Amino acid sequence: MKIGSHRTRRGADATRKPTLAVFKLASCDGCQLAILDCEDELLALSGAVEVANFAEASRAIQKGPYDISLVEGSVTTPHDAERIHEIRRQSRTLITIGACATAGGIQALRNFTDVAELARAVYASPDYLSTLSKSTPIVEHVFVDYQLRGCPIDKRQLLEVLTAFLHGRKPAVSTASVCLECKRRGTPCVMVAHGTPCLGPVTQAGCGAICPAYDRGCYACFGPAETANTASVATLWGAMGAAAPDLVRAFRTFNAAAEPFRRESELHERTPG
Amino acid sequence: MGFSERETLVVDANAPGAIVSALNRAGFEVIGPTVESGSVVYGPISTGENLPRGFTDTQEPGHYRLNPHADGSYFGYVVGPHSWKRYLHPPAVRLFAARREGKGFALEAQPQEAPPRAFFGVRPCELAAIARQDRIFLGGAQPDPTYRTNREGAFLVAVQCGRAGGTCFCASMGTGPRAAAGFDLALTELSDGGRHEFVVEIGSPRGRDILAKVPHRLATEDDLNAAAAVTARAQAGMGRSLEAEGLPKALLAGLESPRWETTAARCLSCANCTMVCPTCFCTTVEDTTDLTGDHAERWRRWDSCFTLDFSYIHGGAVRRTTASRYRQWLTHKFATWFEQFGESGCVGCGRCITWCPAGIDVTEEARAFRTGSAPKERT
Ligand code: SF4
Ligand code: SF4
Ligand code: SF4
Ligand code: SF4
Repeated sequence: MKIGSHRTRRGADATRKPTLAVFKLASCDGCQLAILDCEDELLALSGAVEVANFAEASRAIQKGPYDISLVEGSVTTPHDAERIHEIRRQSRTLITIGACATAGGIQALRNFTDVAELARAVYASPDYLSTLSKSTPIVEHVFVDYQLRGCPIDKRQLLEVLTAFLHGRKPAVSTASVCLECKRRGTPCVMVAHGTPCLGPVTQAGCGAICPAYDRGCYACFGPAETANTASVATLWGAMGAAAPDLVRAFRTFNAAAEPFRRESELHERTPG
Repeated sequence: MGFSERETLVVDANAPGAIVSALNRAGFEVIGPTVESGSVVYGPISTGENLPRGFTDTQEPGHYRLNPHADGSYFGYVVGPHSWKRYLHPPAVRLFAARREGKGFALEAQPQEAPPRAFFGVRPCELAAIARQDRIFLGGAQPDPTYRTNREGAFLVAVQCGRAGGTCFCASMGTGPRAAAGFDLALTELSDGGRHEFVVEIGSPRGRDILAKVPHRLATEDDLNAAAAVTARAQAGMGRSLEAEGLPKALLAGLESPRWETTAARCLSCANCTMVCPTCFCTTVEDTTDLTGDHAERWRRWDSCFTLDFSYIHGGAVRRTTASRYRQWLTHKFATWFEQFGESGCVGCGRCITWCPAGIDVTEEARAFRTGSAPKERT
C-alpha cells in the first residue's frame, strides 16, 4: 500500500486544504450517510479537508482533480465501468468504501444467476436495460489505494482512514476476526453460550462486534477476515441445525462475491440438502 | 488440608452479601460474578443480591449453559468467559497522548490511577493465573505501570471450588481446587444436608479487618472436615485431566507433526482461546492521530498469536498458516512458557476449551503428542 501525506504534497500553496470528493456507483447510499453521521467530527473534517464534490451533502460541486476520492458502490453497468476510470483519473488517492465497492455488494447476488432471465422477470421492456452480468468491486477495474469494508462502513474507521491518509501514515484497521472485538468487549459468545450460529470467526473486525452484544450472530457485514476458515464454520453451523440452503444464504449476503464466501456458498449449493 | 484453626472462621449464608457491603464501606469497588446473557461474567456488584445464587453450569468443548440449581448455593458454577485479566490487564489501555508544540511535540503521560478494587469470588486456578501474570508484568526489570496500579491494593476474596466444571483440569496443573495462599479471604461453601454456611480462611491482616465486620464464629474440627470434603468432591469431579510431566519435551519433539494441520482444519484462527485465557498477555500497539494532526495517542489492545499481524515483521507475517499459529499457542502454553518464565503457561481453568467455538480441547491435543497418536514428522 502506497501512502503519501497530502499535507506534505501541498507544495507551494501551503494554505490549500486537500480536496475531498465522494462518488457513488451502484449502492444504497448507506456508506455516504455514515460520513454525514460523523456529526461530532464533521466540523473537524471540514477543517481538515475541502469537500469539493459530495452530491449527497451539497450542490456546490467543484471540478477535479481531487486529493482524496471516496467511492461507494459497485460496477454494474457499462456506464459505471467507464465512469470509474474517469474518477480514477481525477483522484490522487482513491479509497473505496463499503461492501458494494469492495466486494460487489448485495447486488452481486446476480453473479450467481442469469441476469437476462432476471431482467425479463422484473421489467416489462428489458431491452431498455443496459446492465452487466456481474456486479464487481472497484478494484477489479482500477487501482485502488485503500479498501474500507463494511455494510455500512464504520464511521470511526472512516475517520481513521481519512486521518491516516491526510497525515501519511498507515490506517489502524485490523483484518483479524470479529471475535477479537467481541471478546475485548466482554460479550459471552453466542455460539458457545446459546447455540446461535455466528459468522464472527470468519468476518473481519470493524463494527465493534455489535450483533453478539445483542444476542445475535454476526452477519458478516465486514466481509471475510484474513485466513477465514469458512469450511470449519459451516461444519459448526451444521451442528447447530443449519442445512445447506441456510449456509448458502448465510454466505450470500452483502459480501456474497468475496472469494472465500463465494466459494463456500457454491459448495453448499451443490450439496443436496 | 492445611487449615490452621486459628485462621479459620465460620460465617452464615448471609455472609457473601455482608462481606460485599463491608468491602464497599471500606472504600472498595467490588467486582464479582453476575449473570449476563446466560453466562457468569465479572462485573461491579453492590450487594449479595447481584451474585448468581442458585445457578450451575454445564461446560463442554465449545459449549456453555447456565442452569438454575435448586440448592440455592452461591458458588455452584465455575469460571465463565471473563477472567480477572479484564481488570488487571484491561483489553484497551491508552499508554500516552502527545500534543504538537512548535516544531516538536509534548508527551502527556497517562495518569495511572485505579479505584481500590476488591475481586470477589476468585477461584484457585485464577489466583494461580494472577500469580503468573504478576511474574510477567511485575517480575522483570520494567514493571508494567498499568498492571501494577490495578494489582496493587486489589483485595482478593477467593472461593474454594466445591464442584469442578466439565472442562476444568486444575488438579492436573497443581493449581486447584483449593488454594493455599494468595488471597485476603477464602470462602468454602458448605451447603449440604440443610446446612448453609461458609468456612472462611483469613489470608491477610486486612482480610481479618473486613471479616471482623461480619458475624462469625471459630471453626470446629467438624467444619474443617466438611470443608476438606468439599475440596475432595471437586477434586474427584474434574471434567478433564492432563499429564503435565514431560509434556514440554513431547510437544517440542513434535514441531513438524502433521497433527498441527489436522487441528488447523477445525481451528478458525479466531483468537477466542487466547482472549479468554487468564494468563495470555499479548498486546498490539496502535498509534492514532486526530484530523488536525495536532494530537496523537498510543493505545495498547489485547492481541493474539492467532492474528496475521501478530507475526508481521519486515516483508510479511511469519506465521501465515493456521497450523503454525495453533502450534505457537499450544507450545507456548505448555512448553516454551517454562523457558520464558520457569513454569507452565496453563493453570487448567478450561476456558479455552469451553469458549473455543470449534470445541478444540487443549488436553486432547496435548495428549496426542504424548501418546504418539501425533506422529513426529510429516510422512
Ligand atoms: S459471538 Fe460470534 S463474534 Fe463473538 S466470539 Fe462468538 S463466534 Fe466470535
Ligand atoms: S490454556 Fe486454557 S485451560 Fe490453560 S489457563 Fe489458558 S484458558 Fe485456561
Ligand atoms: S499463547 Fe499466544 S497470545 Fe497467549 S501468551 Fe502465548 S503468544 Fe501470547
Ligand atoms: S483453537 Fe479454537 S478458539 Fe483458538 S483460534 Fe482455534 S478455533 Fe479459535
